[in-house]
Amino acid sequence: MKNNHLNFLRTGLACLLAAGALNLSRGQDEIQVQKQINVLGQTKPILVSLDGFSGEVADVLKFDLYVQGFSFVVPDAAQYQISGTSAGSVQGRVVDRFAKSTILSRSYTGTSLRRQAHAFADDIVQAITGKKGIAQTKIAFKAQSSTGNGEIYVADFDGYNKQSITHDDTIVAAPAWVPGRLAIYYTSYKRGNPDIFYHNLSTGQRRVVAGYSGLNTSAAVSPDGSKVAMILSKSGSPNVWVCNADGTDLKRLTTSSEDSSPCWSPDGQWICFATKIADRRVLAKVPAGGGAMQRIPTPGAPNPTEPDWSPDGKWIAFTSQTGEFDICVLPANGGTPTVLVAGEDSSWSPNSRTLIFTRRAGGRRVLSVLDVFTKQVKDIAQISGSDSQPAWAR
Amino acid sequence: MKMMKLTYLLAFALAVTLADTGCKNHRPVKVTQIPGRSSMVGEPGVGGTMNVGETGGGSTASLTDFEGMAADHTALAAYTAYFAYDSAAVRKSEGSKIQAVASALNSDSSAKLLIEGNCDERGTEEYNRALGERRALALRQALAKAGVDPMRIRTISYGKDKPVDPANNEAAWAKNRRGDFVLLHPKSGS
Repeated sequence: MKNNHLNFLRTGLACLLAAGALNLSRGQDEIQVQKQINVLGQTKPILVSLDGFSGEVADVLKFDLYVQGFSFVVPDAAQYQISGTSAGSVQGRVVDRFAKSTILSRSYTGTSLRRQAHAFADDIVQAITGKKGIAQTKIAFKAQSSTGNGEIYVADFDGYNKQSITHDDTIVAAPAWVPGRLAIYYTSYKRGNPDIFYHNLSTGQRRVVAGYSGLNTSAAVSPDGSKVAMILSKSGSPNVWVCNADGTDLKRLTTSSEDSSPCWSPDGQWICFATKIADRRVLAKVPAGGGAMQRIPTPGAPNPTEPDWSPDGKWIAFTSQTGEFDICVLPANGGTPTVLVAGEDSSWSPNSRTLIFTRRAGGRRVLSVLDVFTKQVKDIAQISGSDSQPAWAR
Repeated sequence: MKMMKLTYLLAFALAVTLADTGCKNHRPVKVTQIPGRSSMVGEPGVGGTMNVGETGGGSTASLTDFEGMAADHTALAAYTAYFAYDSAAVRKSEGSKIQAVASALNSDSSAKLLIEGNCDERGTEEYNRALGERRALALRQALAKAGVDPMRIRTISYGKDKPVDPANNEAAWAKNRRGDFVLLHPKSGS
């Protein structure tokens, strides 16, 4: 048994679902293999120390690393010792204390200390985990005032440098990025009806791609950017429809009566959405080109809505409702979902390890980021109002 | 690589789009004004119109048929229909309201109707946006049964974005799970 487990580790199996199945000997070996065992919600954080940085740079590094599964300890207890200076510009290095080697040493230049710190955080994540970090990524979301009206915003993933991209003072909803492009689809009531707009962030040009009678909402862009899935009610019930990126070649994909929130599989073959089958709210998927709907079971996580398929294809995150809302993650090829934290409406980071989601805080809604393996979670920066419906650029 | 590239692109384009507007004025100068619905009719590749004759009994009416009408939010305010939690079924108790709205429409053939579907805050945003639409469509169906031509009725869902009572309790939620009826009149002189 133990040999089998070690073979798993040696082959670097990224995700081991049988929680608690490992019984490793304590000590150095345990720490060294930690980065290779990722169990949803149960992975131990990577222990690091952080010395020499101050002010904004220290804050950025702490936030960026915490929400990517790192935890801070004194240098003698750390596996990786991160040190440097933030005087004038960021200089940093990372020492692997057990391998007794420097794995990263770099000086940063650039527009601001904040950007330099994010760049250093990404280099730290790359050097330690071998994976691309999220520190320099962007999000879009809906910011709502007490009137119910709002605007679509774009910001750094940590909520800083936010900019409103709409100025219509109307109800807005459901921003969705075009993958790899500077363009967003969203719902706006600007014309007196919920219509889906395409907005090119480079030129500022925008136009309506779905403005049919009834509901036009929940746009989701295919991985290659060529198609848009959405919810329209023009045939008498809210259903999943798909069209070309410019709105042409519209096609109805479902005929059930209670559909919502489509998302794409990363291979572009499937569209996953929330619906009702036999009087139960469930997740289902339908071939993107049309075909029979298939149920996606979510045992133990009732009333699933707002699915989002991870870019690496392995997971489907969704919101389960039992009274309150929970963020859950399900293996995309089937299995039992893991309930992670209270919250709703999650969106995957480009590296498929972090979720951004909406959390209710009193009468407001705030955005929070969650490392799905360690379950480390933190709210992003927010000034006022309610922020919701985050979409991670990827 | 791809992600880094995107990040730079984003930073650059946001700077281009927004920087020239200055810090105080956040309004980008380059945002294209969206034309009104009527001006989009016939434009290739753009939504905004649909064939009234589209198949399916549940087909919704063309939005262009409702353009330029004046909305009267008070005339039918007494007949707001309420729904059970997470349900779009029109309850028997709302039957007399449906009849009253049907009478109002039948007595004025020039009038049309907008039904606004709303939800309580329990439910994710896009789920509720669809639920609000289902409520409005169910009321439209009930009015059709009561003899109103459904092509005189359009629907809109506000999801949970327009609660009448923002409180976090059952009494408030019950008031927010509703369909409001807005009477539409042709504007005088048009």
